[in-house]
Amino acid sequence: MAILVYAEHDNQHLKSETSKLITAAQKMGGDIHLLVAGENVGDIAQDAAKISGVAKVIVADNNAYAHQLAENIADLVLELGKAYSHILAAATTTGKNFMPRVAALLDVAQISDIIDVESDDTFVRPIYAGNAIATVKTSDAIKVVTVRAAAFDAASAEGSAPIENVETVKLAEKSAFVSESLTESERPELTAADVIISGGRGMQNGENFKLLEGIADKLGAAIGASRAAVDAGFVPNDMQVGQTGKIVAPQLYIAVGISGAIQHLAGMKDSKIIVAINKDEEAPIFQVADYGLVGDLFEVLPELESSL
Amino acid sequence: MIVSRYYIVKRLSIEVKMKILVPVKRAIDYNVKVRVKPDNSAVDLTNTKMSINPFCEIAVEEAVRLKEKGVATEIVVVSIGDKACQEQIRTALALGADRGIQIDTDAQLDSLQIAKLLQKVVEEESPELVILGKQSIDSDNNQTGQMLAALTGMPQGTFASEVNVDDGKVNVTREIDGGLQTVQLTLPAVVTTDLRLNEPRYASLPNIMKAKRKPLDVKSAADFGVDLTSHVSVIKVTPPPQREGGIKVADVAELVEKLKNEAKVI
Repeated sequence: MAILVYAEHDNQHLKSETSKLITAAQKMGGDIHLLVAGENVGDIAQDAAKISGVAKVIVADNNAYAHQLAENIADLVLELGKAYSHILAAATTTGKNFMPRVAALLDVAQISDIIDVESDDTFVRPIYAGNAIATVKTSDAIKVVTVRAAAFDAASAEGSAPIENVETVKLAEKSAFVSESLTESERPELTAADVIISGGRGMQNGENFKLLEGIADKLGAAIGASRAAVDAGFVPNDMQVGQTGKIVAPQLYIAVGISGAIQHLAGMKDSKIIVAINKDEEAPIFQVADYGLVGDLFEVLPELESSL
Repeated sequence: MIVSRYYIVKRLSIEVKMKILVPVKRAIDYNVKVRVKPDNSAVDLTNTKMSINPFCEIAVEEAVRLKEKGVATEIVVVSIGDKACQEQIRTALALGADRGIQIDTDAQLDSLQIAKLLQKVVEEESPELVILGKQSIDSDNNQTGQMLAALTGMPQGTFASEVNVDDGKVNVTREIDGGLQTVQLTLPAVVTTDLRLNEPRYASLPNIMKAKRKPLDVKSAADFGVDLTSHVSVIKVTPPPQREGGIKVADVAELVEKLKNEAKVI
């Protein structure tokens, strides 16, 4: 039995999801091979080889994989994956995009977004926006699984796995990359941050999110938002924390002007410490917060920034 | 001979305009509180309000907008399930779809079987565009569109926040973790919707009445020659662990003190 894990990266850095995937794979048992597909990913492969528990790194370095187009990546993973008992990828927009293709072409089910591993064929996953937790068992010979990385600890970086190159090039003709606009930020990414401060509808407009920036800078935090704030057009969707956005589990999560809709809680309730700042003392967010502060955020935020 | 036939097909394709297929799912209503059955076998849906899955509704809206822009000429809505899902097909028809297909089955199907049934519908209907919701809010799988694309060989544009059809191609702007990505797909293609693609309209009463007279075909899932056996069994369904609420602090000074000395997170 061997497990093929798809490495999450942005062509520059290996992302923290990857070492968490390795932890999930270790719970299934078997040799773990880590596939790095992208363009100019030599350094990433070196970092991948250091993750403890990885038996081999497989590198597919080609322009065809530069933008992680689902058609190309799926065909590559399909060709390599037939030799494995499990194929794992992170439940990110990359993994969610190509993995169901792999499953369909292998004629197997996909188990999406697992948060725990019970055995090599039985997995735990949230359904109904996290309002129920299902334990499911698959009868397929090859298990295609996407993993909610935030639910697993990162494997350490003390390994030195061999690196092997594959020359396979899969290039779909019917889809092409046009452009990308990525949010530039000096701050950590939401899914990798130890501290997150998020604003909701109570922020009133996008301009007021600046009030979070000073605090974020002092805490080394990422800035997030609730779906209400995104829907109201305050901030872009890639800042959204929640069932329909990013799922996070930082050490400290500070929810500002967020009422605590179920859909938001589903994205952050596994945070170690939750702080809620809201002027409505009845807001549901206080039911999950370790520390609640009832007050006007426009007074509280400047005071918080100056006292850090 | 072959050349002339090609010519006719080309010429027809200019006159015959674009058909959009929109698969929709009947799912628990967005506002309903989810309860797990006491025997931990499933979520309790007895007497629960059901609606068209929100992402599917966005898919219907996008198709209707493409028709209003003159890009699309016909919108076919398909839903797979028992007779009850006709209600969601009628909702889609009231929003502006032209006709409906119910694929009748009582079976609990996974995304793979759904995608295989939809593959057959695609073969019958030959749509230029299939627009689906990116995921349903019950099983939260986020698989069907991608599986359908893989099975039919159509290119895919998932998690769309913008869709532009032009000259046999569709440009899809996708919500990705770091921002936005635009891909160009050659039609026919599969698009799955994200939240910001559009805001669905409300069906007007006259349109709800009109929808009752629009054609709705019922076909048996068994007639499609697809193996409907699920590969996944549910062992149990439990409520999520509850997080205990903590304390209220009086002011910022107390909050900072607690975070530093009690929680030790800053």
